[in-house]
Amino acid sequence: MELTTLWFVVIAFLWIGYFVLEGFDFGVGILLRVLGRDEPERRAVVTTIGPVWDGNEVWLIVAGGATFAAFPEWYATLFSGFYLPLFAILVALILRGVALEYRGKRDDLLWRGRMDTLITVGSVIPALLWGITFANLVRGVPLDADHEYVGSLGDLLSPFALLGGVAFTAVFVAHGAIFLALRTTDELRQRANRLAARTGLVAAVLVVAFLLWALNLRGDTASAVVAGAAVVALVAALVANKYRREGWAFTGTALAIALAVTALFVAMFPAVMPSTDPATTLTAVEAASTPYTLKVLTWIAGIFTPLVMLYQGWTYWVFRKRVTVEPVAVA
Amino acid sequence: MDTLDLARWQFAITTVYHFFFVPVTLSLVAITAGLQTAWYRTGKDKYLRLTKFYGKLFLINIALGVVTGLVQEFQFGMNWSTYSRFVGDVFGAPLALEGLLAFFLESTFIGLWIFGWDRLPKKVHLACIWMVVLGTQLSAYFILAANSWMQNPVGFRYNAERGRAELTDIGAVLTNKVVLVTYPHTIFAAFMVGGAFVAAVALWHLLRRPGTDTDVFRTALKLGAVIVIAAGAGVAVSGDLQGKVMTEVQPMKMAAAEALYETEKPAAFSAFTVGTLDGSREIFSVKVPYLLSFLATGTFDGEVKGINSLQQAYEELYGPGSYKPNIPLTYWTFRLMIGVGMAAAAVSLWLLWATRKGRAPARWLAWLVVPLPLLPLVANCFGWIFTETGRQPWLVFGLLRTADGVSPGTTTAEVLTSLIGFTALYGVLAVVEVKLLTKSIRAGLPEVGGDAGRDGPDTPEDDESKPLSFAY
Repeated sequence: MELTTLWFVVIAFLWIGYFVLEGFDFGVGILLRVLGRDEPERRAVVTTIGPVWDGNEVWLIVAGGATFAAFPEWYATLFSGFYLPLFAILVALILRGVALEYRGKRDDLLWRGRMDTLITVGSVIPALLWGITFANLVRGVPLDADHEYVGSLGDLLSPFALLGGVAFTAVFVAHGAIFLALRTTDELRQRANRLAARTGLVAAVLVVAFLLWALNLRGDTASAVVAGAAVVALVAALVANKYRREGWAFTGTALAIALAVTALFVAMFPAVMPSTDPATTLTAVEAASTPYTLKVLTWIAGIFTPLVMLYQGWTYWVFRKRVTVEPVAVA
Repeated sequence: MDTLDLARWQFAITTVYHFFFVPVTLSLVAITAGLQTAWYRTGKDKYLRLTKFYGKLFLINIALGVVTGLVQEFQFGMNWSTYSRFVGDVFGAPLALEGLLAFFLESTFIGLWIFGWDRLPKKVHLACIWMVVLGTQLSAYFILAANSWMQNPVGFRYNAERGRAELTDIGAVLTNKVVLVTYPHTIFAAFMVGGAFVAAVALWHLLRRPGTDTDVFRTALKLGAVIVIAAGAGVAVSGDLQGKVMTEVQPMKMAAAEALYETEKPAAFSAFTVGTLDGSREIFSVKVPYLLSFLATGTFDGEVKGINSLQQAYEELYGPGSYKPNIPLTYWTFRLMIGVGMAAAAVSLWLLWATRKGRAPARWLAWLVVPLPLLPLVANCFGWIFTETGRQPWLVFGLLRTADGVSPGTTTAEVLTSLIGFTALYGVLAVVEVKLLTKSIRAGLPEVGGDAGRDGPDTPEDDESKPLSFAY
């Protein structure tokens, strides 16, 4: 494969990894107060993502860093153009990260309640805004001849973009509910399972609507096929959830997210920043670094990505046991 | 203020704030790993208790280091899009390396370390924290390589058609002579902070609750003081080497550090100056003859170029304009960096002497020393302010001016919003962090049972069947 295309695939892969992984911990964060009725339950809910959420978030940092290195023009246009949404995402991720780390550092119910609120808010905002961002990427935004964003904040909040935001959030919630059903026991597991069925249905409707609209705006046969597969995976996940096959259900939502995001990237390619004016669209080739840089990056990514996946996978293996709700003494 | 000024302020504030956590994290994780290794080797409870105690403080600290680092990565794109387009081909590579090699390692193995206490074999668990140490070191190296390229661009060619710098030799970027001296200097400086932190916390306990865990905290106190002194020596040596490299690649920065307007041979170092620093008037100055020549060139009578002649040379090279950084700022941050750092080492030396063979210093004197960790931390910050403002007006030395790197599309309102937002958020976080640190420090050393290594509320017999239920 030609290097520019290869790196487009790598960047897509990093975003997919990010959404599949942080997707469920966003979902867990959003459901924290819905599903966890008291402190021991909430503690159990947070513990399911405790050892892994930070590693999941690094996928975003690496996606950002790799975009900077492989497609500097894309990085520059995307993050300066989507300035305020990105600012809000950063603030939310900061609050969420701090709340997750500091929640257990005080034996104080009021403190923990506040941290839980921050975890929830810090999970909803990025889920929603990443959806809005990706919807805008597919739809195209106003760019000038230098590929600088020339629209306003309002341009980013079209009905289609808002649907994208809601669809992303809904699918993360379902993904998180299924993850919780997979990682907890007893009563909590039951409730997570039921919640997964209900939220999964909502997610399926929203995802189908969003993907249809997206394909209508910018799509070809290939992206339609991938989008179709995403919907099949999501439905399969719901069926598996109904029969309490939690492992399969989680595989299903993970696949659905991966395929849906793939469909968006396929629809976008060869552009990386489609413009509302086709003449100013930024393509992968225009945005890319030099072949030498891409070659260096390819060697590094080729060696280290499998290694990273190996040890992150090992983490999930080490903490594969279900989390139980245990009574805790909290003042 | 316009977008440029606001973007610069935002970068300065978020970076200095981020850098409060970096040196503590870098060094404290290594010290914690060392303590855990000591426990693994000797089996002594005191090392385990210290591991858990300082480990917790490290975790509170790294949480903020990580989240504030997020902002660092994205604000290049947000506020400095022209810069990003210009340097991405070169600068992006070490940044991507940092993510892939360092951040994944850190985040994953920290999770394993926190949650793995009674889940992993002791040896594997110990290896986990050393992996975190490796991750933090790699992270420091790559980000310093990226920064060093801005100080001294190497391994690239300028593509006039695309108007950007393009990587030609990644090896040259990673072995830039600036990063080779900056990395050890930064690491040693970080260890001064960590050592001072360990010592000060121990001293505080010894003073506040005499008789409680005295033996353990005396160990920590001495360990911390020794680290400050050893790292202080490292800082001095690496700093000296750095000065020479700086003189070679950024002579204006060295001249600004000394507010040396006219070329001198040999040049004296002024330890303290009262005057205007614009070269017109010097009221009072304490000078050490020959010292600047030595710092800059390694010989006592070497020539050190002055600001005026450099300005003239740069104008011929790059066209009209001012190539002088903010002289009072560079002059004073340079001195404060050195002075405050040296004071920290001296205090540690005194502490070691005052506590020898079971002795204790006078209480009032000891209380004075408790704020010790602030000294190297402050010195670290001055060092960064010096090196970054000393590069101005260049963003990438000789290639791209700071004024030309800013995002053309962002509005003043946008940058102002994020500037205020981040500043307010960081202010709140600082309060929370300090409160949590104080609380954890107050709580003192955790008790460890005979079955050392267990964590959590209970320790049932059959570990294998025990579900995951602790930590949060």
